[in-house]
Amino acid sequence: MVAIVDYGVGNLFSLKSSLAYIGEEAVVTSEPKTLERAERIILPGVGAFADAAEKLSGCGLDKTVKALAEAGKPLMGICLGMQLLFDKSFEFGETAGLGLVRGEVKPIEPVIPKDYKVPHIGWNALRFSERGRADGIFKYIKDGDCVYFVHSFAATGCGESLLASAEYGAELTAAVRSGSVFGMQFHPEKSGDVGLKILKAFCEI
Amino acid sequence: MITKRIIPCLDVRDGRVVKGVNFKGLSDVSSPVELGQYYSDNGADELVFYDITASSEGRALFTDILRRVAERIFIPLTVGGAINTVEDFDRVLKCGADKVSVNSGAIRDPDLIYAAAKKYGSQCVVLSADVKRVDGRFTLFAKGGRENTGLDAIEWIKRAVQRGAGEIVLNSIDTDGVKRGFDLEMLSAVCQEVSVPVIASGGAGCAEDFVTLFKTLPRVDAGLAASVFHFGEVSIPQLKAQLRDNGIPVRI
Repeated sequence: MVAIVDYGVGNLFSLKSSLAYIGEEAVVTSEPKTLERAERIILPGVGAFADAAEKLSGCGLDKTVKALAEAGKPLMGICLGMQLLFDKSFEFGETAGLGLVRGEVKPIEPVIPKDYKVPHIGWNALRFSERGRADGIFKYIKDGDCVYFVHSFAATGCGESLLASAEYGAELTAAVRSGSVFGMQFHPEKSGDVGLKILKAFCEI
Repeated sequence: MITKRIIPCLDVRDGRVVKGVNFKGLSDVSSPVELGQYYSDNGADELVFYDITASSEGRALFTDILRRVAERIFIPLTVGGAINTVEDFDRVLKCGADKVSVNSGAIRDPDLIYAAAKKYGSQCVVLSADVKRVDGRFTLFAKGGRENTGLDAIEWIKRAVQRGAGEIVLNSIDTDGVKRGFDLEMLSAVCQEVSVPVIASGGAGCAEDFVTLFKTLPRVDAGLAASVFHFGEVSIPQLKAQLRDNGIPVRI
């Protein structure tokens, strides 16, 4: 069973539907006990970092998610949920994240050319890092496959954790992994077949 | 490299697609679920469902249909038609829409854009603008293009972006239905003024029109059309191959 963490941020309908579509039982929950029982956890999220971090800690789920991930339970953060995995973010001031993956979340505007639009919205190709090429999470897809992005901030300084990036006038972090913790900046649940295949691979880890 | 998006638009009335489409292998040509699936399987980058229902019973039917579409189709879904309040946003987002497009509702109540963007984020709020030349000025029309608002369209779009609209669908009434290409002059005028994605609508008659659109105006992000896709005059996989051969980045 996959537990989708419900902490009052974002629309979980498509995520739940996409897991059902690939034959995975999924529950949307804010119960620590259900998260403990789940085989794997997905941390979703849209909106602003500070607001989401506050909501997550407000219901005490930050500690539960962190403890379970540190104990080795597979965790996937999606979009803002991915950004929450990092040490800290600079969206509207500095806010601490879960610290499960090394790196910082910064605005993309200063690193992309002036005539590029913010947010980075649309389908962009994944470029695997050497580690990404070998990682099981991408076993059903290939380098260059397109996925759907919507974001104005991106993780930086991920070092060894980087699995894939996307080219948008600069290399933007698209996917990371640290142990059994995965982060996807794009939306697998909105990325057609390619996205479903990433979710399927995650459910087999 | 971000790819250019190709977006079919489906008009839905009382839960059925209007102007039923006739594709091989489709058993029910007016089912939004089947048609949406067909387009998704055939390279559409996003789908727009436009609710042209008049009754509240039809409205409930629409949200039910939307839920069934979102359970099976995993590409971005935009919903438009009769979006007048933040509650309307809520109703369709809960059923699986990713973005909501506002038009006349935002003209009546410009605060709607700000309120919705604040609650759901700008990425969720699409401004759809019906624009026509009147005495040489780009003028905003309401109510499906029937009512001249007298407002300057470019100013209106700029204000909407300031209030939080995250994308613009620019529908040229002058080229709509003419099938001789997108309104490049009007699109260029809008692209010069806003920094959010601009989606071209109105005028596509053949694949070449999309090539011309993206070659002439690199700042246009997407092309939207209805009948040329529905009647099979343009097949999306062939269109994308042609765009790719012309050096335009697309998702194949």
